[in-house]
Amino acid sequence: MEKQVAIELKNICKYFPGKVVANKNVNLTLYKGEILSLLGENGSGKTTLMNMISGIYFPDEGHIFINGKEVVIRSPKDAFDYKIGMIHQHFKLVDIFTAAENIVLGIHENKKYNIKEVNSRVREIAERYGFDIDPKKKIYNMSVSEKQTVEIIKVLYRGADILILDEPTAVLTPQEIEKLFAVLRKMREDGKSIIIITHKLNEVMEISDRVSILRKGEYIGTVDTAKTNQKELTEMMVGKKTDLKIERIKTNLDKPLLEIRNLTVYKDDGSNAIDDASFYIRGGEILGVAGIAGCGQKELCEAIAGLRPIKSGLIMHKGENIIGLPPKKIIEKGVSMSFIPEDRLGMGLCPSFSITDNMMLKTYSKGFSPFVDRKSARARAKALIEKLEIITPSSETPVRRLSGGNVQKVLVGREIEAGPNVIITAYPVRGLDINSSYVIYDILNEQKKKGTGILFIGEDLDVMLALCDKIMVICHGKIMGIVHAEKTTKEDLGLMMTGSLNLTEEKKDKIFGIAKDSNLTEEEWQIAEEKAKQNDTENGGND
Amino acid sequence: MTDLLVAAISLSAVFLFGCVGEIITEKGGNLNLGIPGIMCMGAAGGCWCVSLYMNNFNANPVGVLLILFSIFGAVVFAMFAGLIYSFLTTTLKCNQNITGLATTIFGTGFTQFFMTNFADVSHYDAASKIIAAKLSFAEDLGWFGKVFLNYGVLTYIAIAIAICTALFLNRTKHGLHLRAVGENPATADATGINVSLYKYGAILIGSGVAGLGGFFYIMDYIGGSWENAATIEAFGWLSVALVIFTLWRPLFSILGSIIFAMFYIFAFKITGISQVGTKAIELLPYIITIIVLIFTSIFGKKNVQPPASLGLNYFREDR
Amino acid sequence: MAEIKVAREPLFHIVKRPNIPVWKKLLYYAIAIVAALIISAVFCAISSDVGDFGDFFKYLFEGVIGTEMRIWLFFREGMLLLGVALALLPAFKMKFWNLGANGQVVISCLVSYAVMFYFGKEGGSSNATVIVIMIVASISASILWAVIPAIFKAFFNTNETLFTLMMNYIAEGLVLLMIKVWAPSGSGSLDPIPDFGLIDIGNVYLLTITVVAIISVFSYFYLNKSKHGYELSVVGESVNTAKYAGMNVKKIVIRTMVLSGAICGIIGLLLTGNINHSVHSTMHGNMGFTAIIATWLAQFNPLTTIGTCFLITFISRGMNFVKIKFHFYDTSIVNVVIGFTYFFIIACSFFISYKLIFKKKEKKAMPTDFMVDGSQAETVAEKPATKTKSNKKGVKNND
Repeated sequence: MEKQVAIELKNICKYFPGKVVANKNVNLTLYKGEILSLLGENGSGKTTLMNMISGIYFPDEGHIFINGKEVVIRSPKDAFDYKIGMIHQHFKLVDIFTAAENIVLGIHENKKYNIKEVNSRVREIAERYGFDIDPKKKIYNMSVSEKQTVEIIKVLYRGADILILDEPTAVLTPQEIEKLFAVLRKMREDGKSIIIITHKLNEVMEISDRVSILRKGEYIGTVDTAKTNQKELTEMMVGKKTDLKIERIKTNLDKPLLEIRNLTVYKDDGSNAIDDASFYIRGGEILGVAGIAGCGQKELCEAIAGLRPIKSGLIMHKGENIIGLPPKKIIEKGVSMSFIPEDRLGMGLCPSFSITDNMMLKTYSKGFSPFVDRKSARARAKALIEKLEIITPSSETPVRRLSGGNVQKVLVGREIEAGPNVIITAYPVRGLDINSSYVIYDILNEQKKKGTGILFIGEDLDVMLALCDKIMVICHGKIMGIVHAEKTTKEDLGLMMTGSLNLTEEKKDKIFGIAKDSNLTEEEWQIAEEKAKQNDTENGGND
Repeated sequence: MTDLLVAAISLSAVFLFGCVGEIITEKGGNLNLGIPGIMCMGAAGGCWCVSLYMNNFNANPVGVLLILFSIFGAVVFAMFAGLIYSFLTTTLKCNQNITGLATTIFGTGFTQFFMTNFADVSHYDAASKIIAAKLSFAEDLGWFGKVFLNYGVLTYIAIAIAICTALFLNRTKHGLHLRAVGENPATADATGINVSLYKYGAILIGSGVAGLGGFFYIMDYIGGSWENAATIEAFGWLSVALVIFTLWRPLFSILGSIIFAMFYIFAFKITGISQVGTKAIELLPYIITIIVLIFTSIFGKKNVQPPASLGLNYFREDR
Repeated sequence: MAEIKVAREPLFHIVKRPNIPVWKKLLYYAIAIVAALIISAVFCAISSDVGDFGDFFKYLFEGVIGTEMRIWLFFREGMLLLGVALALLPAFKMKFWNLGANGQVVISCLVSYAVMFYFGKEGGSSNATVIVIMIVASISASILWAVIPAIFKAFFNTNETLFTLMMNYIAEGLVLLMIKVWAPSGSGSLDPIPDFGLIDIGNVYLLTITVVAIISVFSYFYLNKSKHGYELSVVGESVNTAKYAGMNVKKIVIRTMVLSGAICGIIGLLLTGNINHSVHSTMHGNMGFTAIIATWLAQFNPLTTIGTCFLITFISRGMNFVKIKFHFYDTSIVNVVIGFTYFFIIACSFFISYKLIFKKKEKKAMPTDFMVDGSQAETVAEKPATKTKSNKKGVKNND
């Protein structure tokens, strides 16, 4: 059977302001009734490329052909007219609308608008492909996987023949991924063409017919999945062979620096983010935290940094309770927290401030002078730029103008420069290229050598297995176990992340997450606990 | 008490027009602080058309034509100011607060200038009697007629517009689209909705509706006198505040506008108070608005929050 | 077929500018202002029976620098506006939309007058006593007016835009109320109390000019060099980041609004205590709103704010003279012209932060080539293309 071309891209180029090349001379062919994986590292231009097919961006150069005819896609509406539908990584849903309202949004039919009819059509599509959805449910009450389902139905409802999924598995549990893949296969049987963006090789091998690879915005090539293997794909994706081995330094373990017992923290909506968690971090060790995105990582970070009121429990830093202290006092004690949110600039840096001004964010208030000491901050900024090889025109450039990797170097570098004894770092390599990631790993290892305790919240299990000494797995706010990185497997971690495996109750004789050589005696712990409870009742709840 | 209610309802259309106009605009994600100026512009346009009509058909004016023609004038002038605002904020993506304030400064200035130089006020008395004409038998129908049937046609138009707006926003596809634009323009854009078109539409229609408020005040409520035109600006700001009071719901705004009107006229309707007391009571609408603001901010839940992207301009390639 | 495709390609698209040189920025603004004034001139010339296009500019300048007194007045008014703008700057840098400067100025005027009335005129205190009480009381009143919305913003995140706006009307209403108290039978205006008030230095203009000049220097250092200034800009950037850095955001919001109110208070004090010796409900001269636009046009930079304030003052003073010379009946023409100017400058800001990229002709021709060669893309590679550029593309298509 001869394969028919569904969509073809030729010499697509896209530049962003500041001479950023997002895509350069990209060629891509998608056949009818196939699943094509678009593989590439973060920042390799996959999403940008797909955005040009779906009408979000307009290409600066190049041509798009659909069914052999050249087309111009100026807007998402044009894309729909060509039966192209994209499911974005960040869901494009209106929170206060119901599923059905979101699905019907933007469809121009001559029929009268009737939400009941929409509801039944949505149910019909859901049944055909095996989705599970309530059309009347409001988006803000939905789980991530439900929202994704809405996105997919939205595209199908419009009769899309070409579906583009941008990292659909990043936010799902393995079980949900299986379900999604089953649906995708059903669609393929139905004659739909699918492009799936991912950087997870096992998924590529499992689901796709062919794989196209992008690297740093350039098109590298396309291979049949059946005729390739993970090693070859990695090489195409990364380019030159890089030693993926991350060093794990052996250090002498110190006493616990940070001990957390029975910590419960609420989310903004009042549900449990962290549920009765106990663990500790020693000086000179890296404790990894693994879990599906949004499983309480952010709330844990905020609770330790004093930014989020806790419901109950104790956080002891060198034997002193730090609960209820203002964030400033916690910083002064040497606890550093850096959280890289999805937009990278949300917390920890001021986008329109210069590097110098960002350097003094936590230190500006030192001394009695009413004026800030910009001179020394500038010197520190310059030193940091040199040490971490931050690419910037000068120390006075607003961080907004730097690339993602350099922004993160500024943030992580500043935190470490302050000489903390506990580092909480969440997603420090989010969106970084491999070389920048290694710079960050090196910085963390260097700190570990100095005896700093590090809590590393990460996404990539391979990295955590290589870098961390121990890994704590959380699932929906509950600790499922803390394991030695050397002695565990990726599969076990995966099972714990999804709540299928719980190691906390294995050893009956030992209470979980409590250090034998704690800074406090059990008696002192109890006193602290009672004191905390007393404060709680006095203040009428710690809100 | 009935008198007070009747007096309140007869003023309420000023707020209702302004408030519903601003609700339509805000549902599309634009905080239009130009509404006070736009209401003035509406007054100018409407009054100018009244002058035109009355000068030509003074002898025997046809009520329906006069009303339609002057409404047309009010809407066109208000939309003109709205067009400037929407061009600057939607196409040129300029700051909404600043553009709104500039629109108000321009609108109030232009209106005053235009009216003193170009409008012929000689027939306003007569015109007002036609525009504000009530059903002659309303007073005879007891309290029902007195409370419900006792107003000029513009008051009923205001209420009809409020109801239509509610239906439009909640029951139609275009209403759904408009709300999506105000909540999350990136999403709306991704689903193929023309964000700019909806924003322009909402701002222009909202401005037209608001403009009728200014026109109503001059030609209906105060009976064709141009002296107090400066008050329209204050009414405009109160209308903007009323949007918050009514939690962005056009149907609530019918009631809300009556309550606001009641505060406003309280001072005039209650006898036996010193002049100082009158002035004190005149402060009430502003104080009440502040109290409502505080209450909604403390107790407000997800479903009573302003449109999520209110005040932010949308630029597709922003990253 | 080909024509349709070409026509469908957008003419231009809009991109954000990464940066723009200062001279270009100034040039754009200059063009906008000149354009606004030309339109205003045409507008005025058409509307007036006595003036023409050229007269407009002549009178505009004459109104500002025609006599020594006018120059002094220009400077004093410019400085007053600058004072209000400087009051707003820290609040705006913190992203606190203080629309209440009108009210904050007027309440200070009211309290100043009250002190002059009760302690001076009726109480018989010495002017020195009156001055001391007046300074403390009027500035405190203004601070109170600014800090009430700030407290609710800090603790309950109450929308400050409308809160401060309503506070304007309450302040103005209170002035009207007090006028009834002080002059029950009067025509709604108060007699000035010339015997009491701040003492002039040099001439009647210099005190105001000096005080605002001092505020300007203070503001410059406060905003750009001080720890407080640093803190409030962090809060303006991101409240989360500020909390993360251990800052007490509530304290910073309230403290900044105290400062904002205090500066407004000083302006009100100067207006009543030194310039007018009286009070009426519009004594703020709408400077609260004007200053918002002035600071925004200056992109919240204290130095450029000086420029924008004097520019606006120039137009408004000049227009007041044009108005008389052109025989316009009331002051509304001034607002019309200022409105024009705002619109042009606001529109100009678009061209400073964005630019239009027009599709080049050569690229437009490309699809046509393909269409002529045949609709299947593969055939392009086989046929020698006429342009080197398409040739390159053809080769790449082969893989």
